[in-house]
Amino acid sequence: MAAHLKKRVYEEFSKVVQIPHEEAPSKKLRLSKPSKSAALHVDLCKASNSTDALQYLLQFARKPVEVESVEGVVRILLEHYYKETDNSVRLKIASLLGLLSKTQGFTPDCIVDDAINTLSNEKSHQVLAQLLDTLLVIGSQLPDTPTIRLRLIHVACKHLSDTYFGVRNKCLQLIYRSIISDYFGDQDPRVRTAALKAMLQLHERGMKIHQVIYEQACRLLSDDYEQVRSAAVQMVWVLSLLYPESIVPIPSSNEEIRLVDDAFGKISHMVSDGSWMVRVQAAKTLGSMLQVSPHFLVQTLDKKLMSDLRRKRTAHERAKELFTSGEFSSGRKWADDAPKEKLDRNTVNLIASGACGAFVHGLEDEMFEVRIAAVEALCQLARSSPSFAEKCLDFLVDMFNDEIEEVRLQSIHVLREISTHITLREDQLDTVLAVLEDSSRDIREALHELLCYTNVSTKECIQLALLELLKNLNKYPTDRNSVWKCLKFLGSRHPTLVLPLVPELLSTHPYFDTPEPDMDDPAYIAVLVLVFNAAKSCPTMPALFSDHTFRHYAYLRDSLSHLVPPLRLPGRKQVFGLDSVDSGSGSASVESAQLFLQQSLHRVSTIQNLEAPEARELLNFTIRDLQRLGELQTELAGAADFCATFLRCQLLLMKALQEKLWNVAVPLCLKQNVTATAAAQQILEETYKLEFLYSGLESRQVATIHHVRLQAKALQLILYARSRQGLDPLISCCEKFLQDVESFQRLFLSELPHLQDSFMDRVCELLPRLTSCKPVEMVKILQSTLRQSGLLQLSLPEQIHRATATIIEPTGESDNPLRFTSGLVVALDIDATLEHVNDPQNTVKVQVLYPDGQSHVIHPKPGDFRKPGPHRHRLITQVYLSHTAWTEPSQVEVRLLLAYSSSSSSSSSRLGWSDGADGVIPPSEATVEGTIPFSKPVKVYIMPKPARR
Amino acid sequence: MPEIKVTPLGAGQDVGRSCILVSIGGKNIMLDCGMHMGYNDDRRFPDFSYITQNGRLTDFLDCVIISHFHLDHCGALPYMSEMVGYDGPIYMTHPTKAICPILLEDFRKITVDKKGETNFFTSQMIKDCMKKVVPLNLHQTVQVDDELELKAYYAGHVLGAAMVLIKVGSESVVYTGDYNMTPDRHLGAAWIDKCRPDILISESTYATTIRDSKRCRERDFLKKVHESIERGGKVLIPVFALGRAQELCILLETFWERMNLKAPIYFSTGLTEKANHYYKLFITWTNQKIRKTFVQRNMFEFKHIKAFDRSYADNPGPMVVFATPGMLHAGQSLQIFKKWAGNEKNMVIMPGYCVQGTIGHKILNGQRKLEMEGRSTLDVKLQVEYMSFSAHADAKGIMQLIRMAEPRNMLLVHGEALKMEFLKGKIEQEFNIDCYMPANGETITVSTNPSVPVDISLNLLKREMALGGPLPDPKKPRTMHGTLIMKENSMKLVSSEQALKELGLNEHQLRFTCRVQLQDPHSDLDTLHRIYTHLKSLLKGYTIQHVPDGTVMVESIVIKVSSSAEDPNNKVLLLSWSYQDEDLGSFLSSLLKKGLPSGLC
Repeated sequence: MAAHLKKRVYEEFSKVVQIPHEEAPSKKLRLSKPSKSAALHVDLCKASNSTDALQYLLQFARKPVEVESVEGVVRILLEHYYKETDNSVRLKIASLLGLLSKTQGFTPDCIVDDAINTLSNEKSHQVLAQLLDTLLVIGSQLPDTPTIRLRLIHVACKHLSDTYFGVRNKCLQLIYRSIISDYFGDQDPRVRTAALKAMLQLHERGMKIHQVIYEQACRLLSDDYEQVRSAAVQMVWVLSLLYPESIVPIPSSNEEIRLVDDAFGKISHMVSDGSWMVRVQAAKTLGSMLQVSPHFLVQTLDKKLMSDLRRKRTAHERAKELFTSGEFSSGRKWADDAPKEKLDRNTVNLIASGACGAFVHGLEDEMFEVRIAAVEALCQLARSSPSFAEKCLDFLVDMFNDEIEEVRLQSIHVLREISTHITLREDQLDTVLAVLEDSSRDIREALHELLCYTNVSTKECIQLALLELLKNLNKYPTDRNSVWKCLKFLGSRHPTLVLPLVPELLSTHPYFDTPEPDMDDPAYIAVLVLVFNAAKSCPTMPALFSDHTFRHYAYLRDSLSHLVPPLRLPGRKQVFGLDSVDSGSGSASVESAQLFLQQSLHRVSTIQNLEAPEARELLNFTIRDLQRLGELQTELAGAADFCATFLRCQLLLMKALQEKLWNVAVPLCLKQNVTATAAAQQILEETYKLEFLYSGLESRQVATIHHVRLQAKALQLILYARSRQGLDPLISCCEKFLQDVESFQRLFLSELPHLQDSFMDRVCELLPRLTSCKPVEMVKILQSTLRQSGLLQLSLPEQIHRATATIIEPTGESDNPLRFTSGLVVALDIDATLEHVNDPQNTVKVQVLYPDGQSHVIHPKPGDFRKPGPHRHRLITQVYLSHTAWTEPSQVEVRLLLAYSSSSSSSSSRLGWSDGADGVIPPSEATVEGTIPFSKPVKVYIMPKPARR
Repeated sequence: MPEIKVTPLGAGQDVGRSCILVSIGGKNIMLDCGMHMGYNDDRRFPDFSYITQNGRLTDFLDCVIISHFHLDHCGALPYMSEMVGYDGPIYMTHPTKAICPILLEDFRKITVDKKGETNFFTSQMIKDCMKKVVPLNLHQTVQVDDELELKAYYAGHVLGAAMVLIKVGSESVVYTGDYNMTPDRHLGAAWIDKCRPDILISESTYATTIRDSKRCRERDFLKKVHESIERGGKVLIPVFALGRAQELCILLETFWERMNLKAPIYFSTGLTEKANHYYKLFITWTNQKIRKTFVQRNMFEFKHIKAFDRSYADNPGPMVVFATPGMLHAGQSLQIFKKWAGNEKNMVIMPGYCVQGTIGHKILNGQRKLEMEGRSTLDVKLQVEYMSFSAHADAKGIMQLIRMAEPRNMLLVHGEALKMEFLKGKIEQEFNIDCYMPANGETITVSTNPSVPVDISLNLLKREMALGGPLPDPKKPRTMHGTLIMKENSMKLVSSEQALKELGLNEHQLRFTCRVQLQDPHSDLDTLHRIYTHLKSLLKGYTIQHVPDGTVMVESIVIKVSSSAEDPNNKVLLLSWSYQDEDLGSFLSSLLKKGLPSGLC
């Protein structure tokens, strides 16, 4: 081929074709004259030692470098870099490289190789880290070069095994920044999603995300794929939380706004996205952007296409261009949309002013999921902004007419939550009250709950509300309690509005006596509840009462004391009882009670110094005091109760340890042994109650409780060792105990310092000895430790609440037995309120106890629990009873249990000691393992009849 | 440049008689074939003579698409297919196919039986026409022929309403028909994916309206009805048999149930039962709530709403009557209206749009004295209320759809010219796309820039892959060498060798030669050697050979030296390179022109 070619060349050569000499455009090599670099070069060469060089470099760094000379400077620096032996100078050079590559207009692709080369020979870790940082800068300057990116990543991976943290840190930054954010623009939507998610995950793990991403994330909001958009919404949201106050420009104008406002606008825009998943996400996200400016917030409820913000701003800047109006019609009146004038084209940007009407759209959405999310978001935003709450009221009230019950219910709940900020107008109340006729019990009760917290403006509103509530009572008699309670709050909230209504309500007449109403009429009781509660803070009201009203008051005060407050009635002796405390209960009395509680506890802590009988006495008194305190001061009931129970445990322990049996030979004291064993068992049970029945405990208290439990277990172990002779079971018991000790140590490592001088403290000290010694010896050690160790100081957390349950239905009053054919089932409706129960779906059970001792535990469905208010649950369920035929009707007991096994228990030892040690003490019959009964049992009269043949 | 042409025969800057012709990629499509409510003469139907003066339309149309069953979108269909003559396929969704003939039959009855018109289509014609219908499913891509494909999207508005994407190759048009972006009591909201059509043809009935939230509207409506009933008045709600009527029925039905009202609600008979039947059937086309609850109870099985009999209109006491047609221009609604118009306790609620010329339009504009047929006048004393319930997208909804579909051009139909003008301005400003609003008979031409698919041979692709960097970057165009062969309507890109082979052509070499004059005092051989070393030092990474026969070869470029006869110092360099090495060759020639550096040995 070559020969052939050459031949042809010669041929042509001989022909001599003259080609006119034209300057062919040739490639230009960029060789810039180093104007500045020359100076630097000279300087650096002059430098005799490293400090001088450093000085020169520092001077150099202060001056800006022109774009053309950057490369030259870089070359010189690199040259010097290789020669330099001093670390600090090399470090400075490395950082200078980074600075230089940031120069505007300079593309650092030509120095990548050199920078990477320097890495390979570098020994100093600091310099390495600095070099990697430089690479990071270079990498961010060259966003679109995959080859360089790959190389950078490769380099970073190589240095990941460096011993210096700074180097690894930089490597990872290099990797994540260059990898992840670059893939935001990947061609495949799944990759884009994954990149966004990875970034979010990094954020969750505490990595700082840079604001640079914001723009990219915003661009991804208009991606073609819903997963990407959804992830982008999250990303924008995260960034808005991180940099709420930084300023971003509005494209297509020279204005700037806060980032959080911008993000809010953009996410609002997503509420009208094509995919409902994204819409849900966007609506949810909006709720948590509380830092947004109020005028943006208000716009979300505004469907007019005007953005107030824009208008105002433009009014300042280009007052000339102010348009008159681009008004749209509302569609309520015919032909009000006929364009009145030629409209100016410069009207405000419609779509980009995104926050406009976001919630209006969200609340009208096709999918109820979106609507619910929007309602929730409204709630969150309204809670933090009263003015917004005022504005969104109408929208929420509108939602009461939604076609889906869940949405209606949710909006009622939301309105309740924000009701502190708002006062309902009459027409709004009208719409609200219309829902009272709803056939769903949940909705009605939620509405009652709402009315409890609602402020209304006029007396007509009160009348309207009462009327509707009575109608409701008439239609659904089962709502009795709820309606009464609602009226109680309505009355006590609006005494002045009720006052002018009183004669009408009680149907009194100035001249004539009116017939005495029926005292058993629920409607009349309802009216009275309203009036009496209003009268409480309105002393002039009782003057309007007629005689029978006073009589009825006395009756109701006794029978429905929770609904009727004590009144200062003329001519009647004020009864000071428990009520005087809670009628006069201000914050002061709570404080004093708190003080008393603290003092009692403090007093108990001095118990160490007392002799045994005095100590016991003191404990007894304190327990009594605390119990009384709990009764008087409902706010502190939980705490007082908790303390009392705890002290009771201590008392029991003390008693058990002070029995004489410890000094007497074993066979002689079997009786005491039994009482001590019972005490230990009781302490165990109490500790479970302490742990699981009270909410608001901190790990300190839990540790204390576990500590007491361990003490009880130790006591059991000792007693066991005394009572039985067999060595093998004893060994296993000892092992078990040691395991418990270890798990205690593991669980409460952080709390151990607070347990100084306690039983546990000592056991831990002795642990090496305990593990090595024989069981008998171990028991002895334990015995002495147990007896020597003192009382553990109890510290109280802010709020302790005791879980309580009240069974409303069945009432247990019925004398008519529930008859059913034996062998078949009968459904019993149960309606109960639970307070301060965490996760009731998993923990609350219903127990049915038959007269023959048979007991059933029923697990209610998760759907049976409603949450009408904070810390409050409502259980409405059915339990099925069945039994073989009886001859007489008899009563079964129904009660609620709190299960504390498995999920609710954080400790490793779930079962009591007794279970492990093959039944030293058989569990008492009524208790079901791992449960605490926490409601009063209700008796239900049933009668299973024999089946007819 | 390929073009898409759009010509409205009806609904251009007007409402009613929707009929739009689209020519795309050599296909002609008719979108909707409706009648005009406001006219009773020839203007009632679209002017099909625009397509062809005489003869059948089959030869000129590839297909007809009906967006939904309203008469202003399908009323002229039997006339076109049977009387003018069209035998091609007619596409519509299943519910439309089911309900359309009922409405057509009703329409026919009113015109022929009541008004006594002749020369109108017959029942048989309706049946024949419906035989040509091909049903569409949502999101199903239907191939009309090899090139033309259709895809239907949910449009809200009425049961079975669809938006249609028409696609030929990479050119596409979306026709929205009538659509609604806000869901209502019985239908969901319109939805389309980001299909980026060349033209989006959208209705613009409410171009200047932004409606209040539907909840306010619903509440207002219920309040008005309720108040009137409590006063003992009668409420007339003129509706089109299908569509709004069902929504309002559900609304009233649930309200009646909730408020425990006893006043009767009637629905003018005939159509209702049949229509409700279809509503019960096509549950998948309704909204979330109805879809979810129909297992327990189908919402369209009304408890409170009964069939209307003409005699009921004179019954005493309050009542609510839904009557057809919706614009009070004819039929039962007009009869009842005449009966009730004199009593101020009564009320008429117009739940939707009224075309100019209808009684509905007149009374809404505040006319209190109406001239009826036969020179009688009618005093209107009853209350006239307007509730915008008609399920068209409002301005914001239209904008939302545009944002969803991202069209390259926008075309507005089915609206009033003045309002369109306003919206057009908004769209152009907002999205920076062209927006058109042709009048009837006016043709809009939009040139498109379709991408032309080309097959590339795998070998060529692999070879290019091997040459270039590690990974192809989808964002950056890359040049490659190859030969484009166009053969029988298909194009492919192959390597030049293969192209030569396929076409049976010989390869021709193209070489460039040039001479460079050089002053060099050395002998020829030395000069050559100097050139060799010079190039060697400059061109790293190239193979440079000094061939013993007195030439230097850089890759395939040959350099030869000879001295001119008169001046031995004046050397003539001969460079020769082939066409493929153009870059390197021109570089070398310009390099050698500069002369050799002095420092060379």
